Amino acid sequence: MKKLTFNKYTWRNTKNNIMTSLSILSVVVAVIPLFLIFFYTLAQGISALNIDFFIHMPKPVGETGGGMANALMGTAILIGLGCLFGLPISIFAGVYLAEFGNNTFGKLVRFFTDVLSGVPSIVVGVVAYILVVIPMKQFSALAGGIALGILMIPTATRTTEEMIKLVPQAYREAALAIGIPQWKATLKIILPTALKGITTGVLLAIARAAGETAPLLFTALGNRFWSTDIGHPMASLTVFIYDYAKAPFEDWNRQAWGAAFVLIVLIFIVNITFRFVTRGRYDNHQN
Amino acid sequence: MTIIRIKETAMFETLYKSSPVSVSHETDIKLEAKNVDAFFGKTQALRNISFSIQKNHVVAIIGPSGCGKSTFLRCLNRMHEVAGGTMTGTILLDGEDIHENDPVHLRRRVGMVFQKPNPFPTMSIFDNVAAGLRLNGMAHKNHIAETVERSLQQAALWNEVKDSLSKSGMSISGGQQQRLCIARALAVNPEVILMDEPASALDPISTAKIEELIYELKKDYTIVIVTHNMQQAARVSDETAFFYLGEIIEFDNTKKIFTAPSIKQTEDYVTGRFG
Repeated sequence: MKKLTFNKYTWRNTKNNIMTSLSILSVVVAVIPLFLIFFYTLAQGISALNIDFFIHMPKPVGETGGGMANALMGTAILIGLGCLFGLPISIFAGVYLAEFGNNTFGKLVRFFTDVLSGVPSIVVGVVAYILVVIPMKQFSALAGGIALGILMIPTATRTTEEMIKLVPQAYREAALAIGIPQWKATLKIILPTALKGITTGVLLAIARAAGETAPLLFTALGNRFWSTDIGHPMASLTVFIYDYAKAPFEDWNRQAWGAAFVLIVLIFIVNITFRFVTRGRYDNHQN
Repeated sequence: MTIIRIKETAMFETLYKSSPVSVSHETDIKLEAKNVDAFFGKTQALRNISFSIQKNHVVAIIGPSGCGKSTFLRCLNRMHEVAGGTMTGTILLDGEDIHENDPVHLRRRVGMVFQKPNPFPTMSIFDNVAAGLRLNGMAHKNHIAETVERSLQQAALWNEVKDSLSKSGMSISGGQQQRLCIARALAVNPEVILMDEPASALDPISTAKIEELIYELKKDYTIVIVTHNMQQAARVSDETAFFYLGEIIEFDNTKKIFTAPSIKQTEDYVTGRFG
């Protein structure tokens, strides 16, 4: 009898170990592609990475060397424009959903925001093409910024909503109980309290927008020259990678790998920043 | 049983020697509830509550959990609406129906202190107290500074925080935070202060401080306090209302409620036989 019990426990422990091993194995399998991409990109692109690559312009076709300074600048401007168009809408929508969205309209907005987050980015590009590029008769950074802004909206809106909902009801009541109108309470007390969380959402949205290529292909188009004019085509890291990777020149392919590595590192930095910023989210309540 | 009874009576007698209650017969009514019913969805939280609260008195509301005492307190400055409640009947503040005006204005006259201290986490001690003034459009710096100092002094917190006004409102102890919240409520110069179990999350020393404070504040304000702690009700209040299952069972002079209640249910509750 005793022995039987013992066997039963052994089998249970064995099962436990098998399942744990399988879980660990799955984690490893899931992480392998990330490391493969990271190190393969680094290995392929390392030879293209030097100071010139960051501060010089692309060389004319046929010459080796040169850099992608215009693409770095372009990505920065495009993301800036995206934030300008996308973030105010997202934050106000998020505030609305969290504070006043407990009705049919709110549910509708929430549903369509979720749908929007599933819309392929190339479709968003087409929308920006039709709305901006065709009327302006010109590919432009402006159109690219609008496309990126639209892509930022779902992530930023839903994160803002969730973060504002995390602010304890006690603070709303405290504000209302001293005769502060609701809109002021939301703007001056609730929003600052949720600010760290909202920053997280914004950074995630930026990280997503920074990696988009498809919507930029027929909006910002790309540009081999230095341009900060948002009414004209503008280079970006992702389009730079796209162009250089399919080009028939060895040197260009190398630079595409280099640019890809830079882009991954940039997104990595954004993510690290977001971890750092959110780490202290509950500090306020503890000390 | 008789012996216990006598002992309790004696206890309350001693309590009253330290905080004399003047039974006032003047009819200076600050707040009056008439046939108040309150609902949350389909649940009825209050049934036909009627009683009046006199100016510069402290009224304690006691009763077991879920008896509607917090709901009633919230009805007094329409905070029940924030939680999605509705009410019928009338509540008069200085003879005016509180539902005739904007709740924002009402709440500046009828302030509230909550169970758990809730200073605004992103603001300093100074800013917490100044919030009510600033966010209502007051920009006069000297006036704000004066009001902050006066409110903190009234809340008996000034001496403890005067050198750290720029520190976070969350950096002080729980008892200090609660007095900070009282100062924040006082800064907008209300006439009535509602307290929803203001000391239930605090240690005995902080509780004693809050109770002393209530006794001081009575001179300038009318106070309604909800409490689970019957000794506290006996110590701080002039009149006590006993709520049970959403109804007001008895409302009378505190001394009478605790020593010679006229209704059996009240007696059972204050002597600890139920609730």
